[in-house]
Amino acid sequence: MKRFQLVVGLVLVGLVVASAIVSLFWTPFDPIQVDGANRLRPPGWPHLLGTDGFGIDIVSQLLVGARATLLVGIVSVGVSAVVGVPLGMVAGQLGGWLDEVVMRAADIVYAFPALILAMLFASVWGASTVTAMAAIGISTIPAFARVSRAGALQVVASDFVLAARVSGTSRLGIAVRHVGPNIAPVVGVQASVVFALAILAEAALSYLGLGTPRSVPTWGNMLRQAQDQLFTAPLQSVWPGLAIALAVLGFNLLGDGLRDYLDPRLREVQ
Amino acid sequence: MSTPPTSLLEVTDLGVRFGHRRIEAVRAVSFSLEPGQRLGVIGESGSGKTVTALAVMGLLPENATASGSIRVAGTEILGLAEPELARLRGNVLSMVFQEPMTALDPTMRVGRQVAEVLRLHQGAEPGRARERVVDMLTRVGLDDAERVADAYPHQLSGGQRQRVILAMAVINSPRLVICDEPTTALDVTVQAKVLRLLDEVLTESGAACLFISHDLAVVSQVCDQVVVMLDGRIVEAGTVAELFTAPRHPYTRGLVATARLDLVEPGQRLPVVEDFYEADEVRS
Amino acid sequence: MTEPLYRVQALTRRFTDAGRHVLALDGVDVEVSRGERLGIVGESGSGKSTLVRLMTGLDRPTSGTVWFDGEQVSGRPERELGFLRAAVQLVFQDPRSSLDPRMRVGDVITEPLRSRLVRRQLGTGIDHRERLAEVLTAVDLPPEAADRYPHEFSGGQRQRIAIARALAPKPEVLIADEPVSALDVSVRAQVLNLLTDLVRDQGLTLVLVSHDLQVVRHLCDTVVVMQAGRIVERGSTSRVYESPESDYTRALLAAVPRIRIDPSATDHPVTTPGA
Repeated sequence: MKRFQLVVGLVLVGLVVASAIVSLFWTPFDPIQVDGANRLRPPGWPHLLGTDGFGIDIVSQLLVGARATLLVGIVSVGVSAVVGVPLGMVAGQLGGWLDEVVMRAADIVYAFPALILAMLFASVWGASTVTAMAAIGISTIPAFARVSRAGALQVVASDFVLAARVSGTSRLGIAVRHVGPNIAPVVGVQASVVFALAILAEAALSYLGLGTPRSVPTWGNMLRQAQDQLFTAPLQSVWPGLAIALAVLGFNLLGDGLRDYLDPRLREVQ
Repeated sequence: MSTPPTSLLEVTDLGVRFGHRRIEAVRAVSFSLEPGQRLGVIGESGSGKTVTALAVMGLLPENATASGSIRVAGTEILGLAEPELARLRGNVLSMVFQEPMTALDPTMRVGRQVAEVLRLHQGAEPGRARERVVDMLTRVGLDDAERVADAYPHQLSGGQRQRVILAMAVINSPRLVICDEPTTALDVTVQAKVLRLLDEVLTESGAACLFISHDLAVVSQVCDQVVVMLDGRIVEAGTVAELFTAPRHPYTRGLVATARLDLVEPGQRLPVVEDFYEADEVRS
Repeated sequence: MTEPLYRVQALTRRFTDAGRHVLALDGVDVEVSRGERLGIVGESGSGKSTLVRLMTGLDRPTSGTVWFDGEQVSGRPERELGFLRAAVQLVFQDPRSSLDPRMRVGDVITEPLRSRLVRRQLGTGIDHRERLAEVLTAVDLPPEAADRYPHEFSGGQRQRIAIARALAPKPEVLIADEPVSALDVSVRAQVLNLLTDLVRDQGLTLVLVSHDLQVVRHLCDTVVVMQAGRIVERGSTSRVYESPESDYTRALLAAVPRIRIDPSATDHPVTTPGA
């Protein structure tokens, strides 16, 4: 069952990655060029999923949209993990007032959803992919800080860290040799969950016009575009919606599957 | 089968395998237990003693396959559907686990947890249940049973928790109590008290007992009959006295020798199992 | 009389948990001479583990002092404890939790050699691979063990790995906190023999913490018995073992399970074909 989750997650995530890579070299049709003669084609041949209100092929847009999805996911998760994990480790390992400060700061950031931050950034610097990524990245820092802190607390309390301390191993040495490797699995799981959140957030921001500019095909932009034809061509909004749902599902399943796969206690039984 | 009708537990040719690779944990294990009899199962970790106990309780994990036969009061356990197994557990069988902290639900008051066992198997109405729970907690030597019943597990000491577990195990007057290393996590003085208590409770209720431990000395506090397990097999069976005075299998000889720390002059080399029995392969 | 290696004076440690004060150690005095083998006996809550933590500078006392080799341990920052770090090593109760599951055995054992504080004490001339081979031999493990992970070993073997790690920085004092109580009885004797040999051959000073007076009797020449943060009895092991003065020591001795033989036990022979 757990294996099944991991496999389905890997397949779905693999599909997204493959789409993004393929779109760099080839798409069935031009994903940007407006073609007035081919507006709102139903699914068929040669447009497998039809065309949108501008006559642009939907398959091509979906493929290209995967790029934006992955780019936003990778950059925002990266930013978030690079800041959040060390903060959480420091808070968990050193404790005291530093822990207090870091965790209260995390609470404050946590109070601002990505959406609010994105609106703030958009109003200051103008809406772009970069502001969307920054907003998502910053708003998910607390999630990484929290799991890292909880993991670090557990590791620091273990006998093997006491043994390291008795040998005079420095705090940095303990962080690098013991805390890091032992919290890596939970951080990895957290990353896949945050990745799924980032995909959703990116789609929402594009849809609201707070993210990637309209001219670039993203799944969120496609949704917004499809909204205009919701009654005349309802299938238009199904395709990007489905893509978002499957990608989010994929990363969540991957996270769940990884959690079980990486649990050494479960692994030892096998 | 020529099972005599009196046997409470009849294990015949039990084999248990795990996982895809079908690793053999228990092979060709046979023994029987009469009503009221107490049998100790001795072996080190990995010897198959816990797996045997789980098989008898019908609690083997999903990736395990069992062969042979386990009859409890005439009913075949292997292949029995979960609802029937559940009825059997608690009414006829019960189990005391090693770790008293994880065997209790941390979010539930102790009294309710004990009452739950009662309700599940006897359908006792709530008011009466409380009385019986407090009565049972008193019988397992908890002086302020009322207060203990209202406490959460973390508010109790290790010894108190293990007494609560024991109360849960015997409140339905089961005919067979299975104990898996019930005192390993306890201090010595507490261990001594819990073992004495277990002996008393079993004598009082007349229940049979399957007692699993790596420690011959601990087993001998409760049981008179012992089987020794090694690499998934029973290698020797007999009374504690027989095993102790005239062990036949070399491994048993080693076990007996290592159990007698007090016979060796301080600082001198202690006998080890390997002096008597060399394992064929290094187990990990 | 020579200055003792360890001197613990009026040591008190109070913990505050959710507003409640717990006195884990209550004015404890202990001395350990060079080459002595001291047993500390007590149950959970007796303060023995707190005492070990204070002696190894892992925790700070509420009051009182710990000296090691004429230098004060208590109340000093970690960076000044180099003299202690190389000289005193600890073996824990449960090798399942005292070995990092994600490190190879070779890295586990040589970790003490990599610490800056220990390197400063030992000098830089120590060859990690050579020392690793030496200590693996000392604890009777094959050289190939270094490349494997802790979970690939049995409980007794893991405790050998933990002992090898403790030996790596060539300590003067070995503190063993319940080193055999998480092990099967059948493996216990092996580890105790190993400790006996190591202490004798390498001239170690031993502090053995245990709840089991029989284990302490086997390895130690002096003993202190602790209860609720205080020392209730002390003396030579043979004297305490043979004629205990405190009621608590007597209770502890009586509680150690001994094989009980009931002569009337042959009524229901167990039937096991083929055994």
